[in-house]
Amino acid sequence: MINLKNRSLISITDYSKEEILKVLDIAKDFEADPRQRILTGHVIASLFFEPSTRTRLSFESAVQYMGGSIIGFASADTSSQRKGESLKDTILTVSNYSDLIIMRNPMDGSARFASEVAKVPIINAGDGANQHPTQCLLDLYSIQKTQGTLDNLHIALVGDLKYGRTVHSLVQALSMFNTTFHLVSPESLKLPSAVKIYIKNAGLEYYQYTELSDVIPKADIIYMTRVQQERFPDPLEYEKVKNAYILENSMLDGSKENLRILHPLPRVNEISEDVDDNPKAYYFQQARNGVYVRQALIAAILGLKE
Amino acid sequence: MSDKRKKLQVSALKNGTVLDHIPSEHTFHVIKILGLENSKNPIYIGNHLESNKLGRKGIIKISDKYFAKDEINKISLVAPKATLIEIKDYEVISKTQVEIPEHIEKIVKCFNPKCVTNNQNVETKFTVITDHHGRMKLKCHYCEKTMAKENIEFL
Ligand SMILES: [Zn+2]
Repeated sequence: MINLKNRSLISITDYSKEEILKVLDIAKDFEADPRQRILTGHVIASLFFEPSTRTRLSFESAVQYMGGSIIGFASADTSSQRKGESLKDTILTVSNYSDLIIMRNPMDGSARFASEVAKVPIINAGDGANQHPTQCLLDLYSIQKTQGTLDNLHIALVGDLKYGRTVHSLVQALSMFNTTFHLVSPESLKLPSAVKIYIKNAGLEYYQYTELSDVIPKADIIYMTRVQQERFPDPLEYEKVKNAYILENSMLDGSKENLRILHPLPRVNEISEDVDDNPKAYYFQQARNGVYVRQALIAAILGLKE
Repeated sequence: MSDKRKKLQVSALKNGTVLDHIPSEHTFHVIKILGLENSKNPIYIGNHLESNKLGRKGIIKISDKYFAKDEINKISLVAPKATLIEIKDYEVISKTQVEIPEHIEKIVKCFNPKCVTNNQNVETKFTVITDHHGRMKLKCHYCEKTMAKENIEFL
């Protein structure tokens, strides 16, 4: 029996394969009809200790489509954090005013800690460089929707595989689905061994490449990522690799019919704009799926959908 | 050293625990990990003693104290080959090796400066894991970062 009621979601590995599939299933229901006003009378706290407009709007849109109310703040400037209040005190206080807390915080591990002190469930909307599980769920939803399944796919992950937390969560989750991994990155940005261990423990295969063009004919999904400057201690190192992996439309000749291109957005220049009109480009629809997945998660955690 | 003297060195304790085969450089870490600094029990510490196994070793004897397995296993971080000898009425009643525990709490600092445990009043918690080279590592319960033994710093 799958029951997500009152369960915080901090890290994608907190959920089993069945529980992940359950959320994706409920998300389909919200895609068919997003305006299910099941959250009327509920108060959701949205605590963004650092700004992330995209993620915050997606969550707030999810809550409002369901008729719920939102309290909270969009950056630490407006919060009592500024007056030096501890995270614990903020969370305990907000627990009194809400049914569920959505939290983004720049400290690694802050979401796990919050879930241990809160009286209400927590959804982690990003804790520093650590986890961002709802991004992972929307990626999985997009893969499942475009491929008809999550099982036995060839998935290419491209770009910053070392620092990119979305990639790490995605590898952890896809390791539950018999994925073959094609890892494309510069030498200095390879997937860390602490993440590769998930692939190995699942008994799966991975292949490493430095050339993007090598994986295009093999892939069912190409997941592009941004090389983020703030992850580099040395700006010169960033300059060297930032343009290494740019996908252009002409490179997609000879790719599989079912191939879809994903990207967590915002993109800088890693996908050329001429790809946008290719039917294999899926990154904008992907962002839309985030709303359904977040609706599903909130509804499941509040026990409003089973 | 004669057998008689060797025996004396260990069994001079009437009741209590002897920790033997501690690497010399970690003898005082062991004292800290076990919280013996604040203990009122009589404690004898020997350090830089000759050892066949370790070259130089430390040995700690604590009167009238016995340790729970979970507690003593914490020292395996710095003294993985330590021997635990329990004594009652001058007799050795048990002699065991420390084991690597599954979890380590409170005694170790997370090496990630951005970790919540280094920025808020949160006690640290780690899971002990073994990487694919068989090396022991600590995975932070909060930030999920994995640190190698070389990065371990005691609180
Ligand atoms: Zn940590």
